[in-house]
Amino acid sequence: MEKFQTITSTYVPLPIENVDTDQIIPARFLKATTREGFGDNLFADWRYDKEGNPKADFVLNNPVYSGQVLVAGKNFGSGSSREHAAWAIGGYGFKVVVSSFFADIFRNNALNNGILPVVVSDAFLSELFASSDKNTEATVTVNLEAQTIVNNETGNSESFEINAYKKACLLEGLDDIDFLLSNKDKIEAFEQQRAYAY
Amino acid sequence: MKTLFDKIWDAHVVATVQDGPTQLYIDRHLCHEVTSPQAFAGLRARGLKVFRPERTTLTADHNIPTMGQDKPIRDQVSRFQVDTLAKNAEEFGLTYYGLNNPKNGIVHVIGPENGYTQPGMTIVCGDSHTSTHGAFGAIAFGIGTSEVEMVLASQCILQTRPKTMRINFEGKLNEHVSAKDMALYMISQLTTGGATGYFVEYAGEAVRNLTMEQRMTLCNLSIEMGARGGLVAPDETTFNYIKGREFAPKGEQWDKALAYWQTLRTDEGAVFDKEVTFDVSQIKPMITYGTNPGMGMPIDGTIPQPEDIDEAGKISFEKSLKYMGFAPGEKLEGKQIDYVFLGSCTNGRIEDFRLFTEYVKGKKKADNVTAWLVPGSWKVRKQIEDEGLDKILEEAGFALRQPGCSACLAMNDDKVPAGKYAVSTSNRNFEGRQGPGARTILAGPLVAAAAAVNGKITNP
Repeated sequence: MEKFQTITSTYVPLPIENVDTDQIIPARFLKATTREGFGDNLFADWRYDKEGNPKADFVLNNPVYSGQVLVAGKNFGSGSSREHAAWAIGGYGFKVVVSSFFADIFRNNALNNGILPVVVSDAFLSELFASSDKNTEATVTVNLEAQTIVNNETGNSESFEINAYKKACLLEGLDDIDFLLSNKDKIEAFEQQRAYAY
Repeated sequence: MKTLFDKIWDAHVVATVQDGPTQLYIDRHLCHEVTSPQAFAGLRARGLKVFRPERTTLTADHNIPTMGQDKPIRDQVSRFQVDTLAKNAEEFGLTYYGLNNPKNGIVHVIGPENGYTQPGMTIVCGDSHTSTHGAFGAIAFGIGTSEVEMVLASQCILQTRPKTMRINFEGKLNEHVSAKDMALYMISQLTTGGATGYFVEYAGEAVRNLTMEQRMTLCNLSIEMGARGGLVAPDETTFNYIKGREFAPKGEQWDKALAYWQTLRTDEGAVFDKEVTFDVSQIKPMITYGTNPGMGMPIDGTIPQPEDIDEAGKISFEKSLKYMGFAPGEKLEGKQIDYVFLGSCTNGRIEDFRLFTEYVKGKKKADNVTAWLVPGSWKVRKQIEDEGLDKILEEAGFALRQPGCSACLAMNDDKVPAGKYAVSTSNRNFEGRQGPGARTILAGPLVAAAAAVNGKITNP
């Protein structure tokens, strides 16, 4: 995994709530056996019409918005556990998703792919939407080390939560399997001593 | 004093990372073709074997046709994915129930029916409806593909301990109300993200009175309100269901298991982070009107007005109704529909088929309705035939298909066309879930049966 570095970037606003993973990547695109190529179909049914032409009213097709940060409405990533949603977001080029609330499984999947989910307050989120409405070139700065996000348009900032272990993984580009494999003796000991084994 | 969740969780802690997640041991791992290939590829790239192959079981369900399973899958990409699963099973030495295997079926149907699912276990699968297995008093939850790889590599997973919630269903259910209605009611009250961060225990008189299959339906839908999972304390109903199943403990092992399982309940006075109580006498047959499972209402209800929705949610609410072709304040009872889907890990078991069949017996399918009846597994299909339900269904104009996830997520050919309305016993009414542009109305098997016979949304 790539090491996560501080990002200052314009952002793509998506003020829709409860964006489920079926919207992020529809099921018919889940037939692949590799992790590559999902970015092309990110938000496929919102992004393209039946003939595969870009829909002008969807934000990813609006040339004035771009960047490495996606800012989305409350409860982002609900529904299916498909990690393909995180692969699609990463594949498209987003490194950070900002929302006031994330679904659990999506949050884990994002972290396991080096994508940082940043939880902000409802007020901070509304202000981000307002800033990008006013100025499409508005930027945010996300500093994982300091656990802060700054709306550079207003200068307002917030701190966000992340557990120390996951933070270290992202900063160092390590994944959980490395950790688990280094722990094999403990797993074997657990299997030997558990009170009721299945 | 501990909750049931605490007892099971604590019994599976291998280690705790400082300021970080818990390393949890996994007793049972289920895999299907869609969320596993990249995990196996990861193992291969690292040169790893599966650490405990006897704890992982594979089935093909998401991406398979529900007709002509004896022939090669026509869609080449789907076939390649299913073939990849078979190859991975062979290469890594894992049990695999492929197409036409009598134990093949939807992953959350075959786990319980073969006795893989047992009280007190930790169970994971790369599928959010793994919460189904919580019905047996297990900590069962869906995971991503990176986590599938972790389990294959180490039989462990790193998880942050969720908060606990108890949802009490008190009182006796009304006639024509099933676990699906309880769940849709609950999600409509708590919203689609209302239990995010929590693991739920379902309790109360109405839950105790549910059969195992009904408990599975209730637990299955836990994820639709964001919960990590949902469980029910095991009792005689649970033990009677498990006893004698192929992979259940036998003889002395059974006695030992039972003694342990009987300790698996929340201690008197244990405290939950959140507690909610519903009076089930308030619950009527439910339907959904929007594009997430939290947008539900009684079958005779009316769609809310935008004034009833909070400001930040208005754009989503309006987008949702536009997609569905519904108006605020509209009543859906009597509305013509086009498709009916009976099946999925939510409502694809024998009791669901019995309920549906009982209603359509002696009646005829409406001409304007295309009905897909898809058993959750070959065992369910065999049971339907053994009980003669297939004959009754046939007389009423319905045909049985072969098992699979089918129109629940429409990865195969079972797609509802754009703009058409489907009354579906599945779990998600998301935009495009049952096919691009398809409009899903979630309901229980009885409401589905009434819609299939009358051609419109009908109170059973």
